[in-house]
Amino acid sequence: MSAVIDSGHAHDEQAHGPYGGIMRWVTTTNHKDIGTLYLWFSFTMFLVGGVLALAIRAELFRPGLQFWHPEFFNQLTTMHGLIMVFGAIMPAFVGFANWQVPMMIGAPDMAFARLNNWSFWMLPVAATLLVGSFFVPGGATAAGWTIYAPLSTQMGPGMDLAIFALHIMGASSIMGSINIITTILNMRAPGMTLIRMPLFVWTWLITAYLLIAVMPVLAGAITMLLTDRHFGTSFFNAAGGGDPVMFQHIFWFFGHPEVYIMILPGFGIISQVIPAFSRKPLFGYSSMVYATASIAVLSFIVWAHHMFTVGMPTAGILFFMYATVLIAVPTGVKVFNWLTTMWRGSMSFETPMLFAVGFIFVFTMGGFTGLILAIMPIDIQLQDTYYVVAHFHYVLVAGSLFSLFAGFYFWVPKWTGRMYDEKLGKWHFWLSMIFFNVTFFPMHFLGLAGMPRRIPDYALQFAGFNEIASIGAFGFGLSQILFLWIALKVTVLGQGERAGQRPWDGADTLEWTHLPSPAPYHSFHEQPVLG
Amino acid sequence: MTQQTENRGKANRKLMKRLLVVVAVMFGFGFALVPFYERICEVTGIRNLFQPDALAAQNTQVDTTRNISVEFDANTQRLSWTFKPLQASVSVRPGEVTQVVYEVRNTLGRSVTGQAVPSYSPQQAALYFRKMECFCFRQQTLAPGEVRRMPVVFVIDPKLPPELDTVTLSYTFFEVNGARGGGE
Repeated sequence: MSAVIDSGHAHDEQAHGPYGGIMRWVTTTNHKDIGTLYLWFSFTMFLVGGVLALAIRAELFRPGLQFWHPEFFNQLTTMHGLIMVFGAIMPAFVGFANWQVPMMIGAPDMAFARLNNWSFWMLPVAATLLVGSFFVPGGATAAGWTIYAPLSTQMGPGMDLAIFALHIMGASSIMGSINIITTILNMRAPGMTLIRMPLFVWTWLITAYLLIAVMPVLAGAITMLLTDRHFGTSFFNAAGGGDPVMFQHIFWFFGHPEVYIMILPGFGIISQVIPAFSRKPLFGYSSMVYATASIAVLSFIVWAHHMFTVGMPTAGILFFMYATVLIAVPTGVKVFNWLTTMWRGSMSFETPMLFAVGFIFVFTMGGFTGLILAIMPIDIQLQDTYYVVAHFHYVLVAGSLFSLFAGFYFWVPKWTGRMYDEKLGKWHFWLSMIFFNVTFFPMHFLGLAGMPRRIPDYALQFAGFNEIASIGAFGFGLSQILFLWIALKVTVLGQGERAGQRPWDGADTLEWTHLPSPAPYHSFHEQPVLG
Repeated sequence: MTQQTENRGKANRKLMKRLLVVVAVMFGFGFALVPFYERICEVTGIRNLFQPDALAAQNTQVDTTRNISVEFDANTQRLSWTFKPLQASVSVRPGEVTQVVYEVRNTLGRSVTGQAVPSYSPQQAALYFRKMECFCFRQQTLAPGEVRRMPVVFVIDPKLPPELDTVTLSYTFFEVNGARGGGE
């Protein structure tokens, strides 16, 4: 009865604890250890990406060129995007999946424990390639995180490093997804039917399917880029009979589902937190599942709304516009279900709930600006302006990141057996919430006034709002140092009062009802049977 | 319990294999999008670089009220051919069928296959520039040192907006590496 399901050895890991020292982390096949690694890795990358963001905001504090050459500024925006998307948000959600999915479905570990180790340890390699590309001749890739051809077929070796890094991160994501799907489909406790799974598990199941469907398409696109750059193919080279616009089609065929990959697990976390702190079951559980699945399916047929300005036939534009607007329906179902869950609930507002309610508020604003951008005639005005920057930071920072914070505060008592510092947590929420809006709300006005994105300098009339946005960005960045301190306190330093098995009385999934806090290194060897 | 664990391991590996097939298929799908996309562009007429343009169905009237100056330009991209139009520009009336000749010489010591891609300036003129015959419709293979003169037969659509009085037709020749290349 080994915890490592596909282990050929007969060693019994239950008899002894993990290895000591660094080798524990290098060799670990334990889902909790690997979850911790993913979370620390993603937080590190979040800080790296955040420093790049502050470098961008410092330059944009005043018009004119202050600190960086325009070429380096382009590297900053590109790398900020790539690092935040592939290094911070995605691995963070995989970290949550590692920690929570086995505990929430009553499984002893992930289905492929050694594959799990491997999929994590590929990430630091990829991150090194990506961050290291700043130091090669010509610097890092500066083609934007969307690495559009033909710009990306012309850049220096930094682009090649980025392509390799993306390949590795993609492979890691695919392996992680295969693991998560197999765990969810094959390892559930007896009696836990699919339609009884916690919503976080459901959203991850759907996300993992999205990942294995679209990460290979990205791999294909960047492989074509690589062969165009070095092996004489002409997929995207117009002079060679290729078409640069085709890169955009293939990229966004990956890119739009990717957007939902970054938000659906967040929806899952929020769907656990809201009922727990409303002390009511989630309103409309099955409609939540169907809404998540509809969003995932629709995400495959809306990609061209990112490229309304490339010159498409009107019929195509109308199709993509209507399909995009249709996504508002399942998303609306979710938002209304969360609101209805809170309705007449016995609510309390500890930090996880603050982040969850804050998430609904700001994410919905991001959703609305998304609807506005989906309308083609408006989009043509706003394409590549700061309005778009404001929109996707409202859904990715206030959406994905705030849901990650909510999930951290919610589950950290189960992970460490200690309560985080509630007072500091509340400070973290309010500072993040206020500075987030100070940073990104003015960007709507900048975009409407016509300020283009990805430029180091701007016309004088944009100075005021840029100044406000930069002040907000530094405030937001410093607030995350507070989060680092809160996280260190409760995890590494082991401070904080002891948490009981079920510190949130409204939380009723298996990790709260069946496992002590902290959750033992090996849990659910004997799977619980659900009546 | 061990038996159960073993069975589950087997089921897990089976599911992993199926998911890996999905991954492989989707990787192929990314590449399949390329011909699919080209086909869509061809069918919808978004991009028909390699087909002769059909003349308008109605009898083409020559518009004798104005002259359009058509300028010719020739470039090569990473290809050591000399490539030039035999005339720098011609003055035509809209609706008038005109023939011009380009000359290309392979200066390399090997046989090279090239493909020319046309472009127009100003961009909007592309809609009104009809080529009935063009060396750009197929790949050209030139023996070492070979010189080839190639005609282009075109008509400017009389619907060309009146504010345009000069149109530039520019070709870029590039080498076709391996099997891939536009058109044929």
